[in-house]
Amino acid sequence: MSTTLEEDLRAVASPLMNSNVPEGPLESKWTDYKSHMKLVNPANKRKYTIIVVGTGLAGGAAAASLGEMGYKVLNFCIQDSPRRAHSVAAQGGINAAKNYANDGDSVYRLFYDTIKGGDYRAREANVHRLAEVSVNIIDQCAAQGVPFAREYGGALTNRSFGGAQVSRTFYARGQTGQQLLLGAYSSLMRQVHEKTVTMYTRREMLELVMVDGKARGIVVRNLINGKLETYAGHAVLLCTGGYGTVFYLSTNAVNSNPTAAWRCHKQGALFANPCYTQIHPTCIPQEGDYQSKLTLMSESLRNDGRVWVPKEPGDKRKPNEIPDDQRDYFLERRYPAFGNLVPRDIASRAAKLECDNGKGVGLTGKAVYLDFRDAIKRLGKQTVKERYGNLFQMYEEITNEDPYKVPMRIYPASHYTMGGLWVDYNLMTNIPGLFALGEANFSDHGANRLGASALMQGLADGYFVIPYTLGNYLASSQPADNLTTEHEAFQAAVARVQEMTDKLLSIQGDTTPTEFWRALGKIVWNHVGMARNAAGLKQAIEEIKALRAEFWKKVKVDGKGDTLNKNLEFAGRVVDYLELAELMAIDALHREESCGGHFREEYQKDGEALRNDDKFCYVAGWKYTGDVSQPELHKEPLHFESIKLQQRDYK
Amino acid sequence: MSKEEPIAKKPQGSRYTLRVWRQAGKDKAGGLQTYTVNGIIPNMSFLEMLDVLNEQLVKEGKEAIAFDSDCREGICGMCSLVIDGVAHGPHAGCTTCSVRMRDFPAGSTITIEPFRARAFPVIKDLVVDRSSFDQIIAAGGYVSVNTGAAPDANCIPVGKEAADKAMDAAACIGCGACVAACPNASASLFTAAKITQLAMLPQGQPERKKRVVAMVEEMDRLGFGDCSNHGECEAVCPKEIGINHIAQMRRDYLMATLAP
Repeated sequence: MSTTLEEDLRAVASPLMNSNVPEGPLESKWTDYKSHMKLVNPANKRKYTIIVVGTGLAGGAAAASLGEMGYKVLNFCIQDSPRRAHSVAAQGGINAAKNYANDGDSVYRLFYDTIKGGDYRAREANVHRLAEVSVNIIDQCAAQGVPFAREYGGALTNRSFGGAQVSRTFYARGQTGQQLLLGAYSSLMRQVHEKTVTMYTRREMLELVMVDGKARGIVVRNLINGKLETYAGHAVLLCTGGYGTVFYLSTNAVNSNPTAAWRCHKQGALFANPCYTQIHPTCIPQEGDYQSKLTLMSESLRNDGRVWVPKEPGDKRKPNEIPDDQRDYFLERRYPAFGNLVPRDIASRAAKLECDNGKGVGLTGKAVYLDFRDAIKRLGKQTVKERYGNLFQMYEEITNEDPYKVPMRIYPASHYTMGGLWVDYNLMTNIPGLFALGEANFSDHGANRLGASALMQGLADGYFVIPYTLGNYLASSQPADNLTTEHEAFQAAVARVQEMTDKLLSIQGDTTPTEFWRALGKIVWNHVGMARNAAGLKQAIEEIKALRAEFWKKVKVDGKGDTLNKNLEFAGRVVDYLELAELMAIDALHREESCGGHFREEYQKDGEALRNDDKFCYVAGWKYTGDVSQPELHKEPLHFESIKLQQRDYK
Repeated sequence: MSKEEPIAKKPQGSRYTLRVWRQAGKDKAGGLQTYTVNGIIPNMSFLEMLDVLNEQLVKEGKEAIAFDSDCREGICGMCSLVIDGVAHGPHAGCTTCSVRMRDFPAGSTITIEPFRARAFPVIKDLVVDRSSFDQIIAAGGYVSVNTGAAPDANCIPVGKEAADKAMDAAACIGCGACVAACPNASASLFTAAKITQLAMLPQGQPERKKRVVAMVEEMDRLGFGDCSNHGECEAVCPKEIGINHIAQMRRDYLMATLAP
């Protein structure tokens, strides 16, 4: 690492990171490319076995589509049913450039907004393709019977979302993710019925199996009986989501974890831009340290709520007893033009700063007030109820406080990760035959993801990209051979997992995996969170190393390996959190600029992120070298042909 | 680690006595065991309380209690549990993960059991196998449309009222509380919700008759009981899906079998 830092940072393309973006004008790249791809003969498709790990929007859509095409698909999920993948929890909606609202939207505009929103750190060709296929997604989902919101005349309805100037967001009440996932799930179950897809539930992928340099299989733990199982195939699709749970506190599900991706990284897959993480400002704060899961509320609340803390640190009075002149409406004070509506990252950082200065409120001191008193006075309770009624109800159910009477308490939390496994235009990692889809890859959101774009990307990858690019790979590079799990590479991969399991069970120290996870989360949150600086990152790296060493001496894992053992499952994930966290810090330290979700305090102008396009207009791909602390940096320069780079400006 | 301060000062909290179903495996005998747990604060969720107990058990060198959960915000349907005899506990319209400890008087005794039904065998402790639900959906709970074969979404108008009714039914999270609460362990509410969703929409019409017959027969084949209108399912459904959906399913089934 140290040597690469001193090198000239101007990006030189790494031979490991050939983006394989097709030639030709941006607008027609995907269409032309599709027309010239190699195809797998229909009769040969059933001779190919495709392993799909994950059943969220990306995995479910991919498994169903590939099954329909005639491939033999093996589909794995960690939950008891494919319908439970965490895509289910997305609330807001899904973007598509349909222009049904007749307000000037277009494929180009969605493409432009996504590139700009990502702070010019995404690959143009991928993002343009995403915008192109966005329209097909809505058609597909409507045909499946997804109950999208409708106008009285029967047409689909749209809303504006996340500050977009056009109404391009489709939604199904407040549970769009659930309905899109159930659409993909129903198509998937149809293929299970047709016997093209075989479902393996309650399985956790723990190893990638490579034969002759290609991804050819996986090792999973059967979570019911603890047995290690091996599966062989001709390609492996990783659709396993992001790594937001490294922070401990996050809006992710209990079982969301980056283990599958991380184990692939350790087999040679480049991990791209791990420092790009998104923190959401309006989450319901933690009540105590036992709690890792935070619930997110729509940030639309900031349209009418005013954010404040007491002026005096440690003021323990009830919020309504603190008069106006003793309150600090810090967003309005610091950002008079935008006030409470500053972008997500600014709002999150400002709230953390106030809490770090001892002005935080609530039981833990890690919260700020979001007050609707003035909005109720101005608009009336009824109007506020019409706008935010469901959110107020959700807040009250969790906190037992009535936000019509007492200000809400909010705090930022880890929500989404833009970084992930590096993939080329075909969604293939640098390991031939290993593909990454959805949040698991790094591709489309650059350094910051816009609202209602995660659902779009997951489904685009699964329904409309991988069915083409996978066929091209198989037809050109992977014969339908008869490799079985008898191959020695499978035994070696099983041995690697078994060795770790034995080690975890043998230590019998005095600290639970959750306690380590909690301690790690605190380090990552404080130093690799919303605001980062060189000194803090260096400190974090040392602390993470020390914690990792302590883990392997003191961890206590109960039970046995050959049974349902949730404590052991968690321990394995914590092993990976402890390694991935260090890479996040290394990446954040090396990227001496601020962009999107990566804010380096040294590189700012009046609190605004200051990019350095001369030096850092590239994707950082980290290669595992055998030593987690010494990863090797590879670069994919980003070329902007269609869009001119500008400093993001919200004033 | 020892240098780390706790994120929050340990709240005083309350003490509860828990009677928890422990069962080593599917074919093993099970029984209720009693535990006490301390430091529980009112706004803690029910499953966080179990997390606290499990941390305590691991520290004592005892095996943690196995239970399912995932999203912890009431939408994925993975959590279950029968709490003091009620599926998903005392709070109406709530999954177990959204139930808070303030619903239980401090110092009280709480009995926690798995969802019980012939078609939901216990895997371990409080974890049950609900894969039969996936099989019911696989029997016909879909519109047969391949990826890429869809017309423009606005080619198929859907009236707002029909779309809203479809959405009411589609809100089902597939948790299985309806089965656990039903004296006959019937899956009628779950099955009817999917049938009604697709019956309300033009997209669902071509396969409507075939679908209802296939799904109802699959439900019977898997060992779920019949519906005899107790209404317990509706009472515990965390998404408050009504038994009027079962009436819709019966009408459709009758039509499909009388005039196939």
